[in-house]
Amino acid sequence: MKRPILEVDHVTKAFGGLLAVNDVSFTMYQGEILGLIGPNGAGKTTLFNVINGVYKPTKGRIVFDGEEITGLPPYRVVKKGLARTHQIVKPLNEMTVLENVVVGACFGRENLGLEPAREVAREILEFVGLADFAETLAGKLNIALKKRLEVARALAARPKLLLLDEVLAGLNPAEVGRMLGVIRKIRDQGVSILMIEHIMQAIMSLSDRIVVLNFGEKLAEGRPEEVANDPRVIEAYLGDPEMAKRILEEES
Amino acid sequence: MKLLRQPYFWLIVAFTALFAALPFWNQNITLRETLVLSAIYIILATNLNLMIGYTGYVNFGSIVFFGLGGYFTLWLISEHGWGLYPAVLFAGAVTSILAFLLGLGILRLRGAYFALATIGINEAVKDFVANFEAWGGSEGIFLPFTAFRAMGGPAKALWTVYLLIVLVMGLSLLLSYVVKRSKFGLGLFAIREDEDAAIVLGVQAPLYKSIAYSLSAFLPAVAGGLYFFKNGSVVPEEAFNLHLSIESIVMVMLGGQGTVTGPAVGAFLYERLRGILLTLPSLSNFHLVIAGVLLLLIILFAPGGLMGWLYRVWPGLRRGLE
Amino acid sequence: MPEILASVLDGLLIGLVYGLAAIGLTLIFGVMDVVNLAHGAVIALGMFTVYLLYKAGIHPYIGLLPVAVIGFLFGVLIYLIAVKRILDGPPLMTLLATFAVSMIITGAGTAIWSTSPYNINFPVTTLNILGYTVTSARLIAAIAAVLVTVFLYIFLYRTTLGKAVRAVANNREAAELMGIPSQQILAVSFGIGTALAMLSGALIATLFPFTILSGGIYELKSFVASVLGGLGNPTGALFGGIILGLIEGSVAPFIEVSWTNVIEFVIFVLILLFFPTGLFGGRR
Repeated sequence: MKRPILEVDHVTKAFGGLLAVNDVSFTMYQGEILGLIGPNGAGKTTLFNVINGVYKPTKGRIVFDGEEITGLPPYRVVKKGLARTHQIVKPLNEMTVLENVVVGACFGRENLGLEPAREVAREILEFVGLADFAETLAGKLNIALKKRLEVARALAARPKLLLLDEVLAGLNPAEVGRMLGVIRKIRDQGVSILMIEHIMQAIMSLSDRIVVLNFGEKLAEGRPEEVANDPRVIEAYLGDPEMAKRILEEES
Repeated sequence: MKLLRQPYFWLIVAFTALFAALPFWNQNITLRETLVLSAIYIILATNLNLMIGYTGYVNFGSIVFFGLGGYFTLWLISEHGWGLYPAVLFAGAVTSILAFLLGLGILRLRGAYFALATIGINEAVKDFVANFEAWGGSEGIFLPFTAFRAMGGPAKALWTVYLLIVLVMGLSLLLSYVVKRSKFGLGLFAIREDEDAAIVLGVQAPLYKSIAYSLSAFLPAVAGGLYFFKNGSVVPEEAFNLHLSIESIVMVMLGGQGTVTGPAVGAFLYERLRGILLTLPSLSNFHLVIAGVLLLLIILFAPGGLMGWLYRVWPGLRRGLE
Repeated sequence: MPEILASVLDGLLIGLVYGLAAIGLTLIFGVMDVVNLAHGAVIALGMFTVYLLYKAGIHPYIGLLPVAVIGFLFGVLIYLIAVKRILDGPPLMTLLATFAVSMIITGAGTAIWSTSPYNINFPVTTLNILGYTVTSARLIAAIAAVLVTVFLYIFLYRTTLGKAVRAVANNREAAELMGIPSQQILAVSFGIGTALAMLSGALIATLFPFTILSGGIYELKSFVASVLGGLGNPTGALFGGIILGLIEGSVAPFIEVSWTNVIEFVIFVLILLFFPTGLFGGRR
């Protein structure tokens, strides 16, 4: 019996006259990896910002684990168990890797004190493979490690749902492989994952289901194979339905 | 946190005790007057550091708390016959509350806007007080001699007040240390590094900033009350002297923002430097220039200040000192 | 002409000068995201430069050209010494660095000229246009402000260098990728911003007596005008200046001068709290 962990209910976000997100609805179930894809500017990060409270939706509701969280500020949302990473990483530069993760542990769902938070932080660093860098200043890491730190910090909040925003962008193939491994380990721990990605192969192989956004609207939803063969999705990425048809014909 | 087991705690206690004892044990009044000024600077710089160094918000008008503390205290004593102790505590509390309320408004501004707003507040309060008849307008408030009688006469009172100011200095250092090692402090540092990231991580930034701001007001207000009591009077120009605010910033940056020891060291060094400059006639007008040059050099070449440099040269020190 | 209308027209004319000053501030912010806290000190420097030139026998209006050139060079110098090194670091640092520059300028100025008031007493005629009495100085100052703004626009939109400035303001990395030497453009932009500030100071000096500390007042006005128009938006800054001037003109007959600062400060804070992108929309 699948339990819904997140319900995005007719969410619209307008900036002045621009509809960044237009009447998007979908449900996500506990334990699954849901991929969120779409061409650039489709509104994916904006949707993330609405889900975790950075923006208030113009219309619609967000229900997390049965509780309505629409309009709650991010620092309350994370305490409910919903954590997120950023597309452009935001390390706390002058603090060490360990301290960064301690912040996540202290102010996350468990609201820990400093000492227990340090314990949790060390565990998380082991889990993601950053233990060797614990005392390094976050600002000095390379992009791949910064991305892993971003994930570690979000994990430290002990979330039930993790929002990953293009966590593979800018990584070389070896680093992508490592990060995919980490993501699988997170899912194995029972954390649900909603991820935005552009690397098609990765997201198609990782996700249980996919939601496709285009121009702020939901274009398609379903299992990866279904979505991959949907001509509307192909057209959205390539812009030309004739070419989409030809590709499909070539494939078969 | 097991405060009493930390060596740094005892360092603060020893330093404070030394400060108190030095002029006291042979009743050296000149030394006392020099040290009281140092203590005041250390108080201002250390508390300002809570905003600049810990939270990352530059408060250009922090002197307003010092002045308000002085005014509230002297007003309570001269108009309402309060004793010194209740008066300064009340002044400190009221100023903190005012700071908290003010903070709810202006802490929503970031960076430069916040900085400018704090200057504006200092100037606005100064203008207001200078026109406020109940507080003596531009003449200020003068304490009658009787105010010192309750403390055993002026000579004894001055010594008592000196010790109280040194106590406030010790408390400032202690507050700075306790905050730095606390979860609250961690939240502040996260805000300093990246406020948006901190919020997403769960730090309740608006509340934390307001608390930091109002904490940074309390002890300077108490110190202001004690200082102006000692002087026997308070006038708007002296109470809300923007230059002192600015010099506090230089002291914090010079010593090392974000550390506990830094602002105290910076305050002490700057105060010595200033004293030397004021005695050289050719250079006395240039003291703002020199402060500016110093600040610029620190920003450009040593943004971590003296402590930052020491920690780089001698990393082991970081664990011993704060 | 009723007093209030004359006051408002006076406000409009001075508002154009405020606008010029505000453009100097907003341009630097728009191009490099730096809030130039040395702005006020530079305005004061402009006042004293035109004064010194006048003492050397150069008529203030002729003096505007050397003031602009000196302002530009000085701005480039400030950029190279104080800003360039820390440009992409935490905003706190550029804030404190430009503030340090302002301390140095103001401190040096106080040492040289003390805080006494100075005045440029050059012959001025009074004109009467349709019942509105105005000094030639105020009219010329307004016209000069408009002319400089027009020249600035021609520069930004019709010259290659100006376009490069706009490109860097828009997206520095992209501009670099297209071969634009961003460091030089940044220096030039800071120079222009400083030149505009000094020019506005010089124009104000032709209207009112001034001290080394006068810069602070006009810095506040520049900030108010800039945020009214949206920081980073030069057109907005000009209109912000005009609006500010009009507001001053409308309340002047009713309120004591010492309250203007407080009112402007309150406007400043209110705009920042409720219209952070200004009335016309800026960058942040």
